[in-house]
Amino acid sequence: MIPSLEVKIGNLTFKNPVLTASGTFGYGLEYSQFVDLNLLGGVVVKGLSLRPKQGNPPPRIYETACGMINSIGLQNIGFEAFKNEKLPFLRKYKTNIIVNFFGENLDEYIEIAYLLDSLEDVHALEMNVSCPNKTTEWRKMGLEPELLRKAVKEVRAVTKKTLIVKLSPQVTDIALMAKICEDEGADAVSLINTIPAMVIDIKTRKSMLGTPTGGLSGPAIKPIALRAVWETVQAVKIPVIGIGGIVSAEDALQFLIVGAKAIQIGTANFINPRATVEIIEGIKQFLIEENIKDINELIGSFIQ
Amino acid sequence: MNKLFRAKIIKNEQLTKDIYLLCVESPDEIQSKPGQFCLLKLNQRLDPLLSRPFSIFDHVSGEIKFLYRVKGKGTRILSTFKKDDYITLSGPFGRWYPFPQGDFIVIAGGIGLASVYYLMKRFPKRAYLFYGVREEREILFYDELREITKEMYISTEMECPYTYKGIVTELVKEKCKNLSLPIYACGPMVMLKELKKVVKESQVCYVATEERMACGVGACLGCVIETKEGFKRVCTDGPVFDIRELLL
Repeated sequence: MIPSLEVKIGNLTFKNPVLTASGTFGYGLEYSQFVDLNLLGGVVVKGLSLRPKQGNPPPRIYETACGMINSIGLQNIGFEAFKNEKLPFLRKYKTNIIVNFFGENLDEYIEIAYLLDSLEDVHALEMNVSCPNKTTEWRKMGLEPELLRKAVKEVRAVTKKTLIVKLSPQVTDIALMAKICEDEGADAVSLINTIPAMVIDIKTRKSMLGTPTGGLSGPAIKPIALRAVWETVQAVKIPVIGIGGIVSAEDALQFLIVGAKAIQIGTANFINPRATVEIIEGIKQFLIEENIKDINELIGSFIQ
Repeated sequence: MNKLFRAKIIKNEQLTKDIYLLCVESPDEIQSKPGQFCLLKLNQRLDPLLSRPFSIFDHVSGEIKFLYRVKGKGTRILSTFKKDDYITLSGPFGRWYPFPQGDFIVIAGGIGLASVYYLMKRFPKRAYLFYGVREEREILFYDELREITKEMYISTEMECPYTYKGIVTELVKEKCKNLSLPIYACGPMVMLKELKKVVKESQVCYVATEERMACGVGACLGCVIETKEGFKRVCTDGPVFDIRELLL
């Protein structure tokens, strides 16, 4: 018997719990030569702002042991170009389209959320309050509870779509931040974003990146992300989406067992463009082997 | 939807102290053009984590060749791969060199030969090659290059009896008083910067660029280079650019 991989987040149904992580899958088109997007639970597109953003100067990536540091700086094409040039391609697929978005200030967050709410083919919004490469005062949104509360409340007021808030690992108590999101009406939280990190060229004594710091991702951060998800799952009733260094079905299953309702695949796309579909297949095989008929039986089955 | 494949290694030959030629089996359906690149992944390893981009040095029926220099952890491990081992490839990716209509000038700086050899081979006896290396023993494929080029000029930074002493862009300036033929070049950034000074606004000059890369397909925006129109992606907008477009 083929097990059910279906999960629900907000008012959305996902055919399986495997989504792509923002910033690692472009706008879907880029990977469609490797992956049938119809097979994915959802596609989370590159972080979007009202107007196009140029991003940070190169070099923008540096590889570390089992990870990479990036300082892309949220380069993106802006709302209008996304709507006109990217969405028509994406809407052809039977998968959930989730738009990760951000603003330079709260007004911009509200404005873009409002605009995205009007797009029929966008199924959910992922509010990015946690990019370590953002330099505006709203970088603090993900770090200071009261700023986060105000932001989620105001964004919630302008969209009826499923609202996910993507949290920063750079806080003392990530579960507390998730609880704030829940209290203010978010439908889910996703975590973690990349971890602020540095790498130095000892000869030039400069950063190996175009900026002094960047965000660390990849397998190196997986145990940190897993712990953060577990702590958060215990603090909130809304679904938690696990992100951080997942490169295999086994990694994904660990997140599901500690209680993640879904997971996002990020850096793994770079090392294996077919990582998402291989992970879906691996999860399915595990459920068959373990005689589990519904993935929801596995989710949150962690034994202390 | 099939640009990712495991390829059997035909040979991985050490040519100099730190330069290797990797030849792998290639499925027949894989087509490539000069200037394109592939991503090579050291199989299931998580360290090094990312695939590495390598120019296609040559592509003949059933075989793709890559010329690489051992620089870091990834290439050091790659150099230990043996005949009959397997490696994971994706590609070919990227924009290729626009095909030359007649004769053309090629400038190769060191390992930059990896990107332009395939172009010269595709259009034999039409290239004036200017090939710059540090020292004599780094000159690669001398006989083959003589065979496929119209004329060949070599510069070495260290003294050598039969080469021009100096950097390759100076050799180009000395030999080509009138740069009217299109130029195709690949080499270190310092060479491209020098070349940009030589090239006039009316001159056609295509260069293959390099930048640290993660995805190779335009998704991660990691490999950007600064152009007159803002940042462009080396992987999909390049790696071949018109030098006049670049802010070097």
